[in-house]
Amino acid sequence: MAYVVPKESFNGKVLSLDFGKGDKAVSIGGENTLPFLSFEGEVPNRPLVACEIQDCPPDDWPDTVKNVYKDVSADPVTWAGYCRDELKAKAIALRLVSTHPDRGDRSAEDAAKTIKDVLAAVDVPLIILGSNHIEKDADVLVAAAGAASGYNCIIGKAQEGNYKTIVAAALAHNHKLIAMSELDINLAKQLNILITQMGFDKEKLITDPMCSGLGYGLEYTYSVMERIRLAGLAQNDPTMQPPILGDVGMYVWKVKETVASEPDVPDWGSLENRSIAWETITATSMLLAGTNLLIMRHPAAIGNVEKTIDELM
Amino acid sequence: MALTGVQIFKLLPKTNCKKCGFPTCLAFAMKLAQGGVELSACPDVSEEAKQTLGEASAPPIRAFTLGTGEKAVKIGGETVLFRHEKKFVNPCALAVNIKDDLGEEEIADIAAEVANSEIDRVGQKLRIDAISIEYASGDSAKYEAVVKLAAEKAPEAAIILNCKDAAAVEAAVKAIAGRKPLIYCATDATAGEMANIAKANSVPLAACADGPEALSALTEKIKALGVEDIVLDSGAKTAKEIIEDNTRIRRSALKKNFKPLGYPVINFVLRDDPVYEASIASVAIAKYASIVILSSIEKWKNLALFTLRQNLYTDPQVPMQVEQKVYDIGEASADSPLMITTNFSLTYFIVSGEIENSKVPSRLAVMDCEGLSVLTAWAAGKFTASKIAQFIKESGVESRVSNKELILPGQVAILSGSLEDKLEGWKVTVGPREANAIPTFLKGRAA
Ligand code: B12
Ligand code: SF4
Repeated sequence: MAYVVPKESFNGKVLSLDFGKGDKAVSIGGENTLPFLSFEGEVPNRPLVACEIQDCPPDDWPDTVKNVYKDVSADPVTWAGYCRDELKAKAIALRLVSTHPDRGDRSAEDAAKTIKDVLAAVDVPLIILGSNHIEKDADVLVAAAGAASGYNCIIGKAQEGNYKTIVAAALAHNHKLIAMSELDINLAKQLNILITQMGFDKEKLITDPMCSGLGYGLEYTYSVMERIRLAGLAQNDPTMQPPILGDVGMYVWKVKETVASEPDVPDWGSLENRSIAWETITATSMLLAGTNLLIMRHPAAIGNVEKTIDELM
Repeated sequence: MALTGVQIFKLLPKTNCKKCGFPTCLAFAMKLAQGGVELSACPDVSEEAKQTLGEASAPPIRAFTLGTGEKAVKIGGETVLFRHEKKFVNPCALAVNIKDDLGEEEIADIAAEVANSEIDRVGQKLRIDAISIEYASGDSAKYEAVVKLAAEKAPEAAIILNCKDAAAVEAAVKAIAGRKPLIYCATDATAGEMANIAKANSVPLAACADGPEALSALTEKIKALGVEDIVLDSGAKTAKEIIEDNTRIRRSALKKNFKPLGYPVINFVLRDDPVYEASIASVAIAKYASIVILSSIEKWKNLALFTLRQNLYTDPQVPMQVEQKVYDIGEASADSPLMITTNFSLTYFIVSGEIENSKVPSRLAVMDCEGLSVLTAWAAGKFTASKIAQFIKESGVESRVSNKELILPGQVAILSGSLEDKLEGWKVTVGPREANAIPTFLKGRAA
């Protein structure tokens, strides 16, 4: 029996997008094949890993990852500098946690100042994330978009309940935008449609179908991402062609496997390796499902994932 | 090649007797053509039809068992490329590779680690399924002794004889024939000898060639020599080779019904750094390997890889569920606290685990919410005050508690008022939001 290479050729293509400025700017997306299948298509850009920082000390992060940043995390500018200089981060994701009403309720103006300071000090492409409070994010991200005007950032996340103001701000200040929905391909599609109907260019969108950690719903995220990719490539559905985000760190660094000490769970082995493996494997799985942009926390996990991407490209 | 529904129909009895569960022979034939049923479902099919259809109706990827006994694992038999289409069928076997030139003690230790690797996660018992013993010493007597030792120390694990030397393999196979080891591997040069050994001892054989095309020629050769249970190694080593070759192989088998590649795949992911190795192992697990060979099996790594395998091999349509009922945890009595949660397996096992940790005997009422987590069930209208009230009333738990108090998950604190209205005579208490706060919460109450 003669073997014929079973190639698929797709009409659709993942949109490509760049962010950041000057020679530090980076591009993601652009492939016209399922993840890493270079034998049948083009994979022009490697997936990008952004290093996550916060506008306040990460008190709620487990020790394994909190301790890595203990000398720099008191101040976001120092923290961002550390990511650039020591970790050689290709992008940084700044989460404005302290604007959340339950986490300090800092004002939108405060947030804008933080962003200006970080942007002035560190030239790495920046992702600006709200605190995931629907109403507050609408204020904070508008101010943030203004503060970052001209820096070609990614801002997010726009959700069903607040996308209008955030989209308008991203449009006005020429940023890229993350649209997040909750683990449902139809919701993801619908939100992208609503956003583009406001005149926002689909080439500037990133879809976040919502991440989940290994052992805690990972399979849902994995399958929703695969379905989005197939819809974009095989069915050539333009609303399903933006690059995909996997916001890995925040879903991983709270589950018991990244927190429980060795004496508490002797059957689970080393906490350090266990938690780093947890973030690594969650991220690797997301890459296989179609993620173009990852947000991660632990440098060792980022290192493993970068090495895995080297092998996959 | 695959037959069409109409071609199959011509070979059936055409009596429309319905014994197969289909209204007509044609309907059955159509389903058979898609691989959705087995020919044996028709009791009246002729011998001749069986012969003709045998090949065509065989599953596109052959399934067989690795090892023997209760913990033997079934591999292969997959039917789809993406898990949202249909459940991935047989979770891949995870194995550790041991070189035969390590010290005896070290080999015995690793084998014992395999034997003790079982962990319970979300109600499933998960373990390292196999040991691969690599012929590194060049001394066949030593190899045989090490194979015997490992087999004895891990009495339930499947054994993979990682050895390209036919004479050494033959001796080792004979030494543990009862364990049905997998021979790894035959190459183009050794296909004849290896196939004869596999056939004579009724054990599966791995075929190893450079890339899918050469591999397909090799499996045809091996099959012609009478070996049915074949495992594929395309020589993939890097993550890219793994994802590309495994995709080509799975697509050939499923979409082209290309029999020479219709077998389970084995991948070696050996790396020096164990966390990094876990990352590459994830590529193999997600992308179609049926056997993944690791160089080390630390507890943390096993837990992570078992969890990934479990996640990807769950049924995408039906979340894992536990039975609706009131569970006693510890020596529960009429005075013990009563808590409620949903029947999503993950939720149940996390919550019951934390209640156990608290050492406070308790009752946990588990309500059928079609396998959804607490918040998801609440958002979907399945974990509402009236449904909870009805469940508690019908469960009969009222007669078993002295103190009518129900503890709610903190995530649905919002339900407490309306639940109190609906459950007359009951007090509703809001528990912590996260299960890991349950021990402190329960101990605080007991004090
Ligand atoms: C996976 C998931 C799904 C899966 C379902 C998985 C499943 N089997 O339940 C799918 C994709 C199907 C899904 C669907 C929906 N989902 Co959903 N989903 C999630 C997700 C990501 C994880 C849920 C999970 O598995 N948690 C893990 C389990 C173990 O948690 P748990 O059951 O709550 O248990 C914990 C605690 O509650 C506590 N606990 C449990 N029991 C008890 C008992 C006591 C006494 C105590 C003290 C504590 C306690 O202990 C556990 C560990 O700490 C969450 C977001 C998130 N990351 O949490 C959203 C989430 C729950 N979903 C949400 C929504 C809205 C939905 C949908 C309605 C919307 C949609 N996308 O269509 C649908 C509804 C489903 C339906 N059939 O109609 C929302 C709910 C929002 C809200 N506050 O109302 C969430 C929070 C997402 C969000 N951020 O908005 N979802
Ligand atoms: S059992 Fe056989 S003969 Fe009867 S209807 Fe089905 S296919 Fe036809």
